[in-house]
Amino acid sequence: MQSPGALEISRRDLLVASAATVTVASTASLSHFQTSTAAASQSTKISFTVNGERRELQLDNRTTLLDALREHLHLTGTKKGCDHGQCGACTVLADGRRVNACLTLAVMHEGEDITTIEGLGQPGSLHPMQAAFVEHDGFQCGYCTPGQICSSVAMLEEIKANIPSHVTGDLLAPAEVTPAEIRERMSGNICRCGAYSNIVEAITEIAGRKA
Amino acid sequence: MRFDTPAMTNPIDQGKVVGQRIHRIDGPLKTTGRAVYAYEWHDSNGRYVYGYIVGSAIAKGRIRSMDVSAARNAPGVLAVVTSDGIGDLKKGKYNTAKLFGGTEIQHYHQAIAVVVAETFEEARAAAALVKVDYAEEKGAFDLEAAKDTAVKPEEGEPDSAAGDFDAAFETAAVKFDQTYTTPDQSHAMMEPHASIAAWNGDELTVWTSSQMIDWWRTDLATTLGIDKEKVHIMSPFIGGGFGCKLFLRADAVLAALAAREAKRPVKVALPRPFLMNNTTHRPATIQRIRIGAERDGRITAIAHESWSGDLPGGGPEVAVQQTRLLYAGANRMTATRLATLDLPEGNAMRAPGEAPGMMALEIAIDEMAERLGRDPVDFRIINDTQVDPEKPERPFSHRNLVGCLRTGAERFGWQDRSKQPGGRREGNWLVGMGVASAFRNNLLVPSGARVRLDREGIVTVETDMTDIGTGSYTIIAQTAAEMLGVPVDKVAVSLGDSRFPVSSGSGGQFGGNCSTAGVYAACVKLREAVAQKLGFNSPDELTFSGGEVRAGDRRMPLAQAASDEALVAEDRIEFGDLDKTHQQSTFGAHFVEVGVDVATGETRIRRMLAVCGAGRILNPITARSQVIGAMTMGVGGALSEELVVDTERGFFVNHDLAAYEVPVHADIPHQEVIFLDESDPMSSPMKAKGIAELGLCGVAAAVANAIYNATGVRVRKYPITLDKLINGLPEVS
Ligand code: FES
Ligand code: FES
Repeated sequence: MQSPGALEISRRDLLVASAATVTVASTASLSHFQTSTAAASQSTKISFTVNGERRELQLDNRTTLLDALREHLHLTGTKKGCDHGQCGACTVLADGRRVNACLTLAVMHEGEDITTIEGLGQPGSLHPMQAAFVEHDGFQCGYCTPGQICSSVAMLEEIKANIPSHVTGDLLAPAEVTPAEIRERMSGNICRCGAYSNIVEAITEIAGRKA
Repeated sequence: MRFDTPAMTNPIDQGKVVGQRIHRIDGPLKTTGRAVYAYEWHDSNGRYVYGYIVGSAIAKGRIRSMDVSAARNAPGVLAVVTSDGIGDLKKGKYNTAKLFGGTEIQHYHQAIAVVVAETFEEARAAAALVKVDYAEEKGAFDLEAAKDTAVKPEEGEPDSAAGDFDAAFETAAVKFDQTYTTPDQSHAMMEPHASIAAWNGDELTVWTSSQMIDWWRTDLATTLGIDKEKVHIMSPFIGGGFGCKLFLRADAVLAALAAREAKRPVKVALPRPFLMNNTTHRPATIQRIRIGAERDGRITAIAHESWSGDLPGGGPEVAVQQTRLLYAGANRMTATRLATLDLPEGNAMRAPGEAPGMMALEIAIDEMAERLGRDPVDFRIINDTQVDPEKPERPFSHRNLVGCLRTGAERFGWQDRSKQPGGRREGNWLVGMGVASAFRNNLLVPSGARVRLDREGIVTVETDMTDIGTGSYTIIAQTAAEMLGVPVDKVAVSLGDSRFPVSSGSGGQFGGNCSTAGVYAACVKLREAVAQKLGFNSPDELTFSGGEVRAGDRRMPLAQAASDEALVAEDRIEFGDLDKTHQQSTFGAHFVEVGVDVATGETRIRRMLAVCGAGRILNPITARSQVIGAMTMGVGGALSEELVVDTERGFFVNHDLAAYEVPVHADIPHQEVIFLDESDPMSSPMKAKGIAELGLCGVAAAVANAIYNATGVRVRKYPITLDKLINGLPEVS
C-alpha cells in the first residue's frame, strides 16, 4: 500500500496527524522535533528518601515521580490509573503532603521524604488505615486502594491542621471530621468499583480512634 | 460433575464458612500495595523495554503510508512495528474490530503502530514522531440519523411475541407510549489495559489484565498464528474490568509482536485516553416502550423496541431482554434492531442489555403507574409473574420480586414519599423518592478447578478463574474450606493462570456461582480420594469437619490422607437443562432519595437502598460490596456518564476521566443493602446466583423517578444533567 507517489504528496501537504501524533508539515519542523527529543532525553541524578531509605537514581528528566517509583524502584504499590492527574490512584506522600505522583517530575523532589503505600505497613503489620480498609471492605479490585489509603492518611492530617475545604461551613471554627468533609476531601481519588460508602466508614473509624 | 437435577442437601448447606462474613483473603496484599497487577510483574533477570501505542487519527478509511523513520532514529528506540508493515492478522473470535494489522481503519484510535524503546519516556516521545498518510472515508456515527437504516440482526432472538400485542394495546383502557435514549458509556475501570510479553523460543508468556483467561489465550494464539499450547497467560490481579477485559485487547497483541521484533520482553499499557476509543463501550440505545393496562392496574399489553449501532459484524445491545420476563401481561412483543456505525466497537459492559433496558423500562413503569393513579411499588407488585410470560408452562426457579419491593418500601420509609411531584421542599432542595425493580438473568457456564491436599493439611485450589474485585479468591477459599472441613486460612487459592483448569471466568455475573460450583465438583472428587485413602467405605456418609474426617465413631485427621503424597483432584461443573426448564433470574428493588437544587437543578443523592433476592449469598461482605459498587455506577449512569460523539469525525470526544464523569466520593451517600435469605437449588450445588450486575439494573431509573418525584420534570434522555431540568423547575423568587 506504500506507493512512493503517495508518500511524496503526504510529505508536501496532506499529512493528517492523530492526537498522539505530531503534525509535521515540512522537513524543517521534523528536524526541530528531533532536536527537542534529543535535548529532552537528558538525565539528572536525584537523591531522595523513599519509605525511610535513601535512594539515588539517574533519571531521564521527563520521568514522573510515579514512574520513578514504579519502574525504577519497583515500588509498584503506587498505581497508574490515568497519568493525567485525574484519578488519584498514584497518590503518595511527599514530605507528609499528598501529591499525585503522575503530575510531578521526579527531579522536583530532590532531598524530599517520600512515603508510598509500601511504607505505611505490610501484610502482618498493617497501618491502622490499611486494617480499617480490610475491615470495612473499602475496596474491590484494589487498584485505587493504595491511593485512597495514602490520601486518607494525609487528609486527616490536613483536617487536624485546620485546613478548610469547599464544604467547611465556618472558617473560624476548628475543622471537623464529618462524612461530608471526608467525601469532599477524598473526591480526587476515584474508585470505579464504587467502594465509597465503605471507604468513608473506614476513614471515619480511624478518625474517631485518633480523636 | 454434571448438574442436571436440582441440588439436594450437601456440605455447603452447613454454612459454617460459606455465607459467613469473611474478610477478603487478598485484602492485606491489596491494601499494602503487594498485589501485583499486569504491568507490575518484575523479574530482575528480565530487562523489560517499553512499547507505546500509536492510534489512528481517523475513524474510517485506509492507511496510504506510514513514515516511521524519525521514530526509528529517535533516542533509545529498539523497534517500530506498524500495522501496514505487519499486514493482515487473523482476528480473534470474540472481537468485532480487528486489534492490529493491515491498512484498513475501522475506528478512531485503532492501533496502527507500537514503538519500542529502552525507557517509557523514549518510547512515548518516539511514538509522537510516527507520520501517517490516510485515505479517509465517510462513516456513519450518529445513531439517531442511522436509526431508519437499522436491520434485524441475524443472530440471537431479535423478535419475540406472545398473544396479540397490537390488538390488546389498541383496546386497552389506559395506554402509554414513550421513547427513551441511553448514551454510549465507558467501563472506565481504574486499571488501564496492560500487558508484558516475553518470548522464550516459540513460547510466549503474557502477564496481562483479563477477565477470561482462556478466551484471551485462544484469541491471542489465533492472532499471532501460533499454537494455543505455546501461549501462557497470567492475570492474578485485575484492576477492574466491567466487561472491558472480557476479550483480547490491543495491549497484549502489541506487546507480543513488539517483544518478538525487539527480542526483549516488552511492556505495553494503553494510555488512559485510549480506553474510550481503542477498546469497547456500552452502545447507546433508542428505546420505545408501549404499555396497555386495565384501570385496575393489570398490564394487558407490553412492547419494547430497541435500536443500537455497531461496526459491521458486531451485535446489538439487547436492551429489551428483561421486558420479556419482568412483568405479566398476555400480549407482548419485543424487537431489537441494529444499525451500522463506524464508532469504536460496542460490546458488553456490566449487565449488557438489562442495564440500559432497565434504565428505560423502569421509567416507563413509573410513568404508567402515575397514569393509572397507582403507587409505583403496588403497580409492580400487581404485575408480578411467577412464570415466563411468553411460555407460562415455564416457571421461574425462584422469584421473590414482591418480597424485595415490600421489604424495601418498609425499610426506606416509602410511605413518606410525596404523592404529588414537586410536593416536598426543604430549603433550597426539592426532595423526592424513586423506586425501580432490579432484574438480571442468571447465566450458567461450565467451570473447572483442581484441588490439592498436602501433608500439612493445606488445601490448594487452582483454577484459571479471575478476581476482578468480585471476591473470587475469598469465596473460592470458603467453598473449599466448607467442603473439606478446614478453616479458610488452611486454604490457598491460585487464580488467573492459563496452566490451571479452565473456569467460567468473570462476566455476566456468572463467575461467583459457577466458579465455586467448579471448586465444589473438584472437592467432591477430593473427598472421595480422601475416603479411599483413609479406608472409609462410602464417602457420602462422611463428615469433613474441624480438620478431621468422621464416620460414626471413627475419626481420622484429614492431613493423614496426604501423609505419603499429596492428593490431587480435578473436575468441572457442567450444566444440564435446568435453565431451559426453569427461568433463572435474579431480582431486587432499588430505592433512592434525591435532592434537586431549586435554583441550579443540581441533583444530589441523599439515600440509597437495594434489596436483593439472588439465591444464596456466599459472602455477605463481598456481595454487599458488589451491590454498592453497582449502585454507584448506576448513579453515574443516571446523572453524568455519557461518551459524547463527534458525529463529524466519528469518535468519543471526552476520552479521559476528567471529561467522562464517573461518580466520586462527594456524589455518593451511605448506601444500604439487604439480602433476602434464599437459596436456589436449580442454579448449582452452591444454590447461589449472580449479584454483581443485578445491583446495577434499575438504579438509574430509580434516580430518574426520584428526580421526577422531587421536581415534576420527567427526563427521558440520559444522563439527567441539570440543563435538562432547569427549565422545568419552579420559579425562584
Ligand atoms: S495516575 Fe495520577 S492521578 Fe491518575
Ligand atoms: S477498588 Fe477498584 S477502583 Fe477502587
